[in-house]
This record gives sequence, C-alpha cells and structure tokens, in this order.
Amino acid sequence: MKKRWLALNSVVVFACLLAIWSRVVAFAHLPLYILPGPRAVAEALRDRYPSLLSSLWITTGEAAGGLAASIVVGVAVAMIFAQWRWLRQLVFPYTILLQTVPIVAIAPLIINWVGPGIFAVTIVTFIICLAPIIANTTQGLVGVDENLIHLFLMYKATPAQILFKLRLPHALPNLFTGIRISAGISVIGGLTGELFAGSTRVGEGGLGYAIIYASNQMETAYLFALVFAATVLGFSFFFIVMFLEWLALHNWHESSLPHTAE
Amino acid sequence: MVSENNKVGPEIELQGVTKRYRNAAVAVQGVSLTVERGEFVTFLGPSGCGKSTLLKLVSGLSPVTEGTVRVNGRTPENARDLVSFIFQDATLLPWRTVEQNVGLGMELEHAARPARKERVAKMLDLVSLSHVAKRYPRQLSGGMKMRVSIARALVSRPRILLMDEPFAALDEMTRDRLNEELLRLYTEQKWTVLFVTHSVAEAVFLSTRIVILAPHPGRLAHEIEIDLPWPRTAETRESKAFEEQITQASRLLRGVYQP
Repeated sequence: MKKRWLALNSVVVFACLLAIWSRVVAFAHLPLYILPGPRAVAEALRDRYPSLLSSLWITTGEAAGGLAASIVVGVAVAMIFAQWRWLRQLVFPYTILLQTVPIVAIAPLIINWVGPGIFAVTIVTFIICLAPIIANTTQGLVGVDENLIHLFLMYKATPAQILFKLRLPHALPNLFTGIRISAGISVIGGLTGELFAGSTRVGEGGLGYAIIYASNQMETAYLFALVFAATVLGFSFFFIVMFLEWLALHNWHESSLPHTAE
Repeated sequence: MVSENNKVGPEIELQGVTKRYRNAAVAVQGVSLTVERGEFVTFLGPSGCGKSTLLKLVSGLSPVTEGTVRVNGRTPENARDLVSFIFQDATLLPWRTVEQNVGLGMELEHAARPARKERVAKMLDLVSLSHVAKRYPRQLSGGMKMRVSIARALVSRPRILLMDEPFAALDEMTRDRLNEELLRLYTEQKWTVLFVTHSVAEAVFLSTRIVILAPHPGRLAHEIEIDLPWPRTAETRESKAFEEQITQASRLLRGVYQP
C-alpha cells in the first residue's frame, strides 16, 4: 500500500515538473533554441525517432560491448592476480593508473590506431570500465576466510578447485559491485568516446555524435530528446545489472533484497 | 572409553614439538603428547598458549619447526583422509545449500552423485537437520550452522576429529545441548578427538583427559584424567563428581594464569 502511494506520488511530481517547465518557457518567451518546452521535445522525439533509435542502438552496442569485454578481461586479470601474489603486488598499482588516465587524452591515440568509429568508441568504453572490475573482483578473490582455505586443503582440493569452487563464488558479490559501477560509466564512456571518435559518416554516429550534431545545428529540442534517450539508456543498464545481481545473489547474500527467513 | 585398538602405536603422537612463526614468536615449545585411539583430549588454557596451533600442527595445515608429529603412524599430510577439522565458526559456504555444504568433500573427490546424496542425507539425519537440507546457511541459527559443520566433518567417516572451539560463539543452552549430542555421536562412532576450549565446564563434561597449557611460550602444564561415568548426559552436570573435577581443573588453570 505504501509502495503504491510512493509510485503515485512520483508520477505526480513528474507531471508537476513538466507543467512548471512548460509554463516557464511560455511566460519567459524563450526561443526554441535556448530552451524548448516539453511539447517541442516530445515532437522532436516523435518526428525523428528513426535516427534517434539508430543512434541509441549504436551507443548501446558500444557501451554493452565495452562493458562485456571489460568483465571478461577484468575477471581474467583478477584471477591471475589471485593466483600469484607477487604478480599482484607488482602490477596492481597500475590498474589504479588505468583509472586515473584521462580518457579524453587517450581517445585521439586510439583513433590514431584503429581509426574513428564504433570500434574505437568500444575500446574507450572498455578501458574506463576495466579498473572497477579488476579492483573489486580481486578484492573478492583474495578476501576469502583463511579457515575456508584450510577446509579445502583438508579435503586435498586442487588449486583449480579452490579457485572455481571457493574464490570465484566468494567474489561474485564484489564482481557485481564492479559491474554496477562500470555499467554506469560505460554509457558515459560511450558518449564521451563518440565526441572524439564517433564516426563521421552520416547514419553511423551514436548518441554522443548526434548530440554534437544537434548542438551545432541549434536543434535544441532534438538535443533534449537525445539527452533524455541517453539518460534512459544509463538507467536501463543500471537496472539490468541490478536485476542480474538479484538473480545471482538473492538466495544467499546479505546485501541483496529482503528475504523471508524461517 | 575403551575401543578395540588393532593398530600398533598411538593414534596421535607429538614429540618435542616446537612451532616458531616467521616473526620469531614461539607459539608452542617442546610439547610431547601421546593420544591413544578413542581418547577425547581437550586443550584448556589462556589465550596465547598455542591450543589452536597444536590442532593446526596435527592437521598438517601448519608445519612444525622442530620435533615430530605422527598421526596413525604417518605424517599429518598423509593422514588427512583420517582427519576432519571443525573450526570455531561453522565455515559454511553461503552460496551453497545445507546439503551442498555437507556434500562438499565428496564433491571435491568426484564421488558419484547417488552415493553422495545418500551419505549426505544420512549425516543430516544424524544431526537432526534433514528438514533444512535445502536451506541456505543465512537462514539458520548459530547452533544449526554448527551442526551442519559437524555433519560435513562426519561425511568422510573420520577416525580423528580436531575441534577448534567449535561452540565458543553459541549461547550456553545451545552449547550444552550440542555437547550432549557430540558425546552421543562420540560413543557411537568411537573417534579420537582433540578439542580446544576456554570453558572449564565444557572440557570436564566432554573429555577423557584434559591437558592444561601455559602461555608464552605455549607448553604443557598439567594433565587431568576425567573419570566421570559414561554415558554422560545433562544429569552428569548436576553430580558432585562433576563439580569436583571442575574445581580441580579451575585451580590448576588459575596457577597457569599467574606469572
């Protein structure tokens, strides 16, 4: 009952915000290129949805591709770190470096190597998603209770068994924390990547490219529609990861949603 | 407790065992101890007396610095199939159900699924936990978790149990009940047990022999034979003999605490 109330209230709040926005634009006589009203944005959304959808689709692919690659590579790197402590101590600091490298600075380098376009943007996304995955997963893999390791040793478990039956499942909540962080920045990575490395060919640019284009053309209503689409995309990524996390962990992990014990 | 001893030599034997850690701290020094098959020996002593270290040495999880440890005449590493270790916390894998936890050892040995299922069901029945087989550890109370841990330890049909303060985190009522359950199983299954505790009452109730250790460095101080009659039940705790043994053990323990 309380939940339904909250949902209803947030719809009301949203409607009020739209109304205020629309009134402000009307009263201040703001021109369309400065601040379009909600109606103009909705019209832009309606009239240009084929090109908006194609941009959205491209950015989704770049963000999802970069994120997926960062999960595969990040987990592999973390597993290597977990197996060889000396290697971890040697190399781990550089993964923090990876996080602090300004993506804006290396994007031109990547274009230089692979040329502008979807692939370059996917690489940019991959790079900024990688560090949170490595850091969180490594923490989970090495943070196993010593007695659990002892238990496995008493069973004469092989190193592979300790990795796959103990360390990896133990690291699953940490991995999901990493994915959640990376999912948020993957969309941002895709957008910023496109600002630098997006395709110059018509019909091949993603949201970031379209935003630059709309801004140059003073198509502010369409720009708003694109920003709206980018926000929805980021939110969907976050929501999907949350859902997968719940699927994987809700049976046993404390951090997942409330659970009826007994 | 008497059991047929068809094996030459003691079940567990420590000779002049010293354990020094890499930071040069001496955990135990010059410990010699012989445990016959079927004995229930409890290590009792203040923190820092090396009780847990001794269990780690007997299990081979930690190598000795000096001296020798023999388990059933073998090195600890080679005797692991005879030994089950029960830790202070239940050390269950939270992502596995109760039955998957209990079957862990057989799974790691690639035992056939039907045999595993049968054995797991039997062990859960033994600790009266069949009704929670499909639950996850987070859904269990502390006492239930510990019983799962015990069931898991019993799956491999161990001859020797090493128990490192297994009931320390439980409330007294639960601990007493689990003590009684443990003794029931012990009388049935005729293990040799090395047990570590802080509680004098628990030590007296469970043991055939108590070994009191002194700290800094950990070493043997006293040994007490506990000759309370068998079977020991809740009523045993009300007997005069029980009180006397506790008084005696407490007195010896106090001597060890003083510098």
